[in-house]
Amino acid sequence: MNVKGSVLKYGDNVDTDVIIPARYLNTTDKKELASHCMEDIDESFVTRVKTGDIMVAGNNFGCGSSREHAPIAIKESGISLVIAKNFARIFYRNAVNIGLPIIECEQAAEEINEGDTVRVNFETGIIRNITTMKEYKTLPFPPFIQQIIQAGGLVEAVNSGLISKK
Amino acid sequence: MKAMTMTQKILAFHAKLPDVEAGQLILAEVDMVLGNDITSPVAINEFARINGKGVFDKKKISMVMDHFVPNKDIKAAEQSKKCREFACSMGIENFYDCGQMGVEHALLPERGLVTAGDIVIGADSHTCTYGALGAFSTGVGSTDMACGMASGMAWFKVPSAIKFVLTGRMNKWVSGKDVILHIIGMIGVSGALYKSMEFTGEGLKNLTIDDRLCMANMAIEAGAKNGIFEVDEITLAFLKDVGAKTPVIYKADDNAEYDEVYEIDLAEITPTVSFPHLPENAKTFDEIGEVKIDQVVIGSCTNGRLQDLIEAAEIMKGKKVASGVRTIVIPATQKIYLQAMELGLLKIFVEAGAAVSTPTCGPCLGGHMGILAKGERAVATTNRNFVGRMGHPESEVYLSSPTVAAASSITGKISHPDEVMSS
Repeated sequence: MNVKGSVLKYGDNVDTDVIIPARYLNTTDKKELASHCMEDIDESFVTRVKTGDIMVAGNNFGCGSSREHAPIAIKESGISLVIAKNFARIFYRNAVNIGLPIIECEQAAEEINEGDTVRVNFETGIIRNITTMKEYKTLPFPPFIQQIIQAGGLVEAVNSGLISKK
Repeated sequence: MKAMTMTQKILAFHAKLPDVEAGQLILAEVDMVLGNDITSPVAINEFARINGKGVFDKKKISMVMDHFVPNKDIKAAEQSKKCREFACSMGIENFYDCGQMGVEHALLPERGLVTAGDIVIGADSHTCTYGALGAFSTGVGSTDMACGMASGMAWFKVPSAIKFVLTGRMNKWVSGKDVILHIIGMIGVSGALYKSMEFTGEGLKNLTIDDRLCMANMAIEAGAKNGIFEVDEITLAFLKDVGAKTPVIYKADDNAEYDEVYEIDLAEITPTVSFPHLPENAKTFDEIGEVKIDQVVIGSCTNGRLQDLIEAAEIMKGKKVASGVRTIVIPATQKIYLQAMELGLLKIFVEAGAAVSTPTCGPCLGGHMGILAKGERAVATTNRNFVGRMGHPESEVYLSSPTVAAASSITGKISHPDEVMSS
């Protein structure tokens, strides 16, 4: 699978309160959540984001609350992939569980700029910045996580028998 | 067998493996699956997509209506209704609604629903609180909650650990909150990313269960997967008192590997306040100038327990909240509310000019019951001070202990308890 998109870039410690403020958690409607995505740090995000865009950020992306509304809001807003130096652990598993592609790559997250066009091949783990012509190689997900992703998410993994009582 | 940490031993047992090592991905049985009125509705939607009916164990699921409860608006009421109907249809035994509920992480220990050696997953990041009782407990998302409710299983990446060896005894006006703010200030908000924080040492005997619950609660604020305390007589006495299941004690192997080991002398810690907008911005009073405030919140899963209210009342007794400051006190559970009433604490708060609320997470996450306007500042005993956490994106939250919050409510600025207590 490949994704190609233009980059929206953020800094370190982007927390779930700014990804989707708690005042909007009185709904589970995905479109409504997406309409407030990133509102408290970037009011223009919802008007700028286009389907297929790639979000790039620094350390500890998604820290804070366990709210799955955060990766849901990002995914529903059209973001095809989040590249960060590293992710807060609950956000990481939520993204895997709901099928929002994420990649940890310190150098790419450092060097890719706002507005760059980036292509990522999930099979090879190669991130190519088309704007700067630079390439980065990332480690693939561990096999178990790949199985969840290939199943289509955690619910599908349970339904396929991948996760069941021994 | 490999040498293991406390956390690794609990994970190995629940995965039915002789041993595990850091980085290994495992499937483990869980003893409790938790959700609240914000995360459960998403989990219920996902649960409906899982083949097969019913939950894995009606006794091993807890749903606590605490975030937007008493319901703040129609949408919040719809979410609670959805949880109520689901809990009823599935026969979930530990469903706590308005009138019985408390802030979930104060409620579950109090009801004896968690014991040492358990694995608890909760669709709330502060689920790490129960590590205070020697359990492995960690926050997960709603899809994890849904699959946990259906299968009784969860996937985990086995964490490595940082060991904190605590020595000494805390001074007057220092509590577990100051210790954990100090530690987060030291290692940073991603200092324990993906890792366990294991607390041990002879200083443990000087930490009450309420101190430990507060410290484990904020492990997530250092990015940790879990915080866990070695089980001792204080833990066992508490578990017996609340009627928890028979505890299973896991001690770390002497030769267990740790990424880092910190020795912390509790006597060296002084009252600590975390400045906006990250919990790692911890400052002591020699670095804090005059910071005027508009609101004080004493409560939450971090500091809404009886000890917290007793300490705050000791400061506020016979005094008045400063003019222009709104002070909101929120006992974390109905039981704590009742105890605070019987001890005369609520009278002290009300006479001082504070508002006393029924249990709710309310203001901590900027939900309701104490939202900040643009430019306003609050001192809160809560756990996060991110941008917009308690209201307007241009408001500010300063995290502190209950005694610092109480003293600040009296002076109208961030204050050391000594400022209002003549010795």
